[in-house]
Amino acid sequence: MPEPLIRAHHLVKKFGDFTAVAGIDVEVQPGEAFGFLGPNGAGKSSTMRMISCVSKPTDGTLRIFGLDPVTDGPKIRARIGVVPQLDTLDTELSVQENLWIYGRFFDLSRAECRRRTTELLEFAQLTERAESVVDDLSGGMKRRLSIARSLINEPSLLLLDEPTTGLDPQARHVLWDRLYRLKQQGVTLVLTTHYMDEAEQLCDRLVVMDQGRIVAEGSPRSLIEQYATREVLELRFSAGTNDQFADRLHGLGSRQEALPDRVLVYADDGEAALQEVHHRGMQPESALVRRASLEDVFLLLTGRSLAD
Amino acid sequence: MAALATPGAFRVTGWYLTAFRRLWKMNLLSSFVQPMLYLLGLGVGVGSLVDRNTGSTSTLGGVSYVAYVVPGLLVTTAMSLGAMESMWPVMGSLKWQRGYHGIAVTPLEARDIVLGHAAWIAFRSAVAGAAVAIALTLFPDTRSWGLIAAVAVAALVGMAFATPIMAISVNSEYDGAFAGIQRFYIIPLFLFGGAFYPLSQLPTVVQWMAKIPPLWHGVVVARGFTTGNVAWWATLGHLAYVSIWIVAGAIVATRRLRRKLYP
Repeated sequence: MPEPLIRAHHLVKKFGDFTAVAGIDVEVQPGEAFGFLGPNGAGKSSTMRMISCVSKPTDGTLRIFGLDPVTDGPKIRARIGVVPQLDTLDTELSVQENLWIYGRFFDLSRAECRRRTTELLEFAQLTERAESVVDDLSGGMKRRLSIARSLINEPSLLLLDEPTTGLDPQARHVLWDRLYRLKQQGVTLVLTTHYMDEAEQLCDRLVVMDQGRIVAEGSPRSLIEQYATREVLELRFSAGTNDQFADRLHGLGSRQEALPDRVLVYADDGEAALQEVHHRGMQPESALVRRASLEDVFLLLTGRSLAD
Repeated sequence: MAALATPGAFRVTGWYLTAFRRLWKMNLLSSFVQPMLYLLGLGVGVGSLVDRNTGSTSTLGGVSYVAYVVPGLLVTTAMSLGAMESMWPVMGSLKWQRGYHGIAVTPLEARDIVLGHAAWIAFRSAVAGAAVAIALTLFPDTRSWGLIAAVAVAALVGMAFATPIMAISVNSEYDGAFAGIQRFYIIPLFLFGGAFYPLSQLPTVVQWMAKIPPLWHGVVVARGFTTGNVAWWATLGHLAYVSIWIVAGAIVATRRLRRKLYP
């Protein structure tokens, strides 16, 4: 097995009394697309900031490319690309100026900056907007520019903190497509997200974080197999009565979960479970049988803190 | 063999320069027009009164009033520039546009940002000073080779205001402090810092207070150059004092910025 790109052992980050990351172990292999999944405040961003060498670990060990971020920060940062949660573009400059300037921070020659800018504009589908001031771009375009900018140093590891939060579905699909291309080119992707579809689309392997800890780890498929049933029956009763019906569903499938807006019945055969619902004399306003998804795993593993 | 690396600070200055390219005409115009207005208003207006007064020429060190205020204008222009550019723009790069955070994930570091900022201020002060100096060569009273040295001194003074104020801006949560810096530091120095009349006209206590910030020291040196009365040892002492402000400000600003960017 090759040396992992990222190796974290018992990694801890505290801010005063608050523990953001409570001792996690993570290894990311070259070429992998790895995801940190979790609700807000789970410690994903703190972990990402430690990996991007801007935040010092409070305890534990962290190695990127086998180097220590505390002593070799600049050396590591020269080889990674970072797309932060909030864009840090210069909104008064044009799209291509943002790319040039960033290339200069990595000490690329002016000619090299220009060459890569042309390529990256193409990659980010921003060639026509090269001269536009960043302020005038849509949210999706700004995000694409942020990703293009993070690639100016041709990094072998790209860190993306919630890359598509706040974007409309079209913009998200365009972004996913670009990230998938990078993965095919062999760039290692590490991303945080709280979108399950994003994690399923992009990640080979992921960890679910909750309250600073890793609560599950595996491929999206294996997590679903491990934590959920094959199918899920979604039942909607009239508003405010979901809880009462949850009792009457007892014993159905392998597990039931009452959410604020619906009741989920985890069952390997969803249709059979639905027949049993009717058999017990309940008339849900709507019923839907679907395959289990990562979202079910997520709700199961982190549901408690969502309710907090 | 790879080419020699560009120092990190200059890569940061390159960013400022790119932004400046879009705005330089407006910027240059305003940093030129303002001192010229003062020059006409004070130099010609007040000057005609002052120069008529017997004894004032000797108080001014044997020169006309307009020749006396020229270095004061160059250096106070740099002071204002250094101060202004180190308040909102610095806070914005940290909090609003977050450009510094973008730099923090490149191989560059807090020190590069601070030194790059200082170099940028030196450049801006020199450009603004040069524009005024070129205009001054049109008049025989103010024409002198010493203007070149005075512009360099102005650039130093610009930095001596920039780095300490940057240190304050980096640590400020709100921009409320900036009005205070202007009202209680920049404007009083403009009026009582020895730029437009000799400090000897003021009460002794005020004189001493005016000598603490770097402005007066820069003005004295610049005036020495433009009027051709350079006291070399004193000049070195003044410049060393101005440099202490630059270095101390840069050290504190770097330390604080590092804490903000790399928590």
